[in-house]
Amino acid sequence: MEIEENFLYTKEHEWVSIEDNVATMGITDYAQEALGDVTYVELPEEETEVEQFEQFVSVESVKAASDIFAPMSGRVVEINRKLEDNPALINKDCYGKGWIAKIEVSDMDESTNLMSAEEYRNYLESLS
Amino acid sequence: MSTEISLHNTPLADEHVALGAKMVGFGGWNMPLQYESILAEWDYNRKTASIFDCSHMGEFLIKGDAVSSGLDNIVTQTIVDMPLNACRYGAMLNDEGGIIDDLIVYRKAQEEWMIVVNAANIEKNARHFRAHLNSHATFEDISFKTAKLDLQGPMSRDILKVLAPGIEALAYYTFGHFQISGIPCLISRTGYTGELGFEIYAPWEKCKEIWKTILKNATVKPTGLGVRDVLRVEVCYSLYGHELDETISPLEAGLDKFLDGKKGFIGRQALTQRHCKRSIGFISSLSRKSPRAGNKIFDANSKEIGIITSGTFSPGLGIGIGIGLMDRPLMETGNTVFFGDDKNKAEARIAKRPFYKHGSLKS
Repeated sequence: MEIEENFLYTKEHEWVSIEDNVATMGITDYAQEALGDVTYVELPEEETEVEQFEQFVSVESVKAASDIFAPMSGRVVEINRKLEDNPALINKDCYGKGWIAKIEVSDMDESTNLMSAEEYRNYLESLS
Repeated sequence: MSTEISLHNTPLADEHVALGAKMVGFGGWNMPLQYESILAEWDYNRKTASIFDCSHMGEFLIKGDAVSSGLDNIVTQTIVDMPLNACRYGAMLNDEGGIIDDLIVYRKAQEEWMIVVNAANIEKNARHFRAHLNSHATFEDISFKTAKLDLQGPMSRDILKVLAPGIEALAYYTFGHFQISGIPCLISRTGYTGELGFEIYAPWEKCKEIWKTILKNATVKPTGLGVRDVLRVEVCYSLYGHELDETISPLEAGLDKFLDGKKGFIGRQALTQRHCKRSIGFISSLSRKSPRAGNKIFDANSKEIGIITSGTFSPGLGIGIGIGLMDRPLMETGNTVFFGDDKNKAEARIAKRPFYKHGSLKS
């Protein structure tokens, strides 16, 4: 199970990478493997305001749909449009080309509500 | 850890685990959902050949004259004129005209019939047969003695004829008696994928040997129930518990041509009195977003007109597809509908069956 050391994580298996004021997010290797082949991603519109841990994206696999939650509050400034025609990017490269959205963060302190890579690793172990 | 109470295992349960399958409970059985990505398994089945473990399904052996045994009165399809070695699809109904199960009748001899039924309904069906067959008939539940492997895909015939010479002569919906590695099997040219394929019925304790023999041919891949459901929705085959159940009449389910209008059968009387309010229909999404079982169906004016009974993403079409029960009158192909719930609706069109038109079924 792959984990990026420098990212932060949520209990719902989202990852976030914060640079300057912008948080890039996606779902983790654990999540993409549990989902199976991603067939459709319902992305929010740019400029959408989101709150930490609020559902803002929907990801569908062959047989089911899954809610994805915002890891930080803020404003969606960019969405990964490549996912519209190639949702499989989430399976192939969930931490890289399979990124889902970028959020302009409104409250940096919220990052204390997230897990470090090590905490997420321990969390995954507790699930098995 | 599964919390299901005592799931049955087929003879291949440990084989599936050894092959890396994700196992799930289905109809009371511990079954392989997928061995690799569902999309990869789909592609392989439609282009090459897949083998499915379907040993969980039920088989009954009935001996007796079609009519005097009572069998003819139980199943909806015509069986009296079935040639030997023919298969016929149909159903059996309850007194209200609802569907107890869909099934296939195999005529093994003038007075010998094998009935193949869904795994989840084995006990219920056995009770129904025992209650309605006459003393002229003998009934045996051979489900736990009979394993079934489905070999499906455009290359299935070329692969199987090497192991079971003669199957290449099987016409669609007929069967014969063959041997694989010296093991007697009943093999029919039937299946649930819309591809050319065969169902291999073998003795339970010999199933593993046949599975391994077939898989020695590297062209065959083991395939799970996950993709099986995608394949069957693509060709608009119904599934018990979704398009068919005890509350749904065969007329609503589109099974009209499997009802013998010239004979009596349990539930027939109720059908004539039942007002058929709904009809089975097919919808194709305008995008990759897929309908899901339980989604509501709305017309172009947002009026609720039905419910999705099965839905999936279609790898063959690159869009979502769904089967549903919709209010009559039947909507025309191409009409706009929406699926989802009161808050979120996605656009679709009424489609004609089948969604996927390139299957090798009749090759």
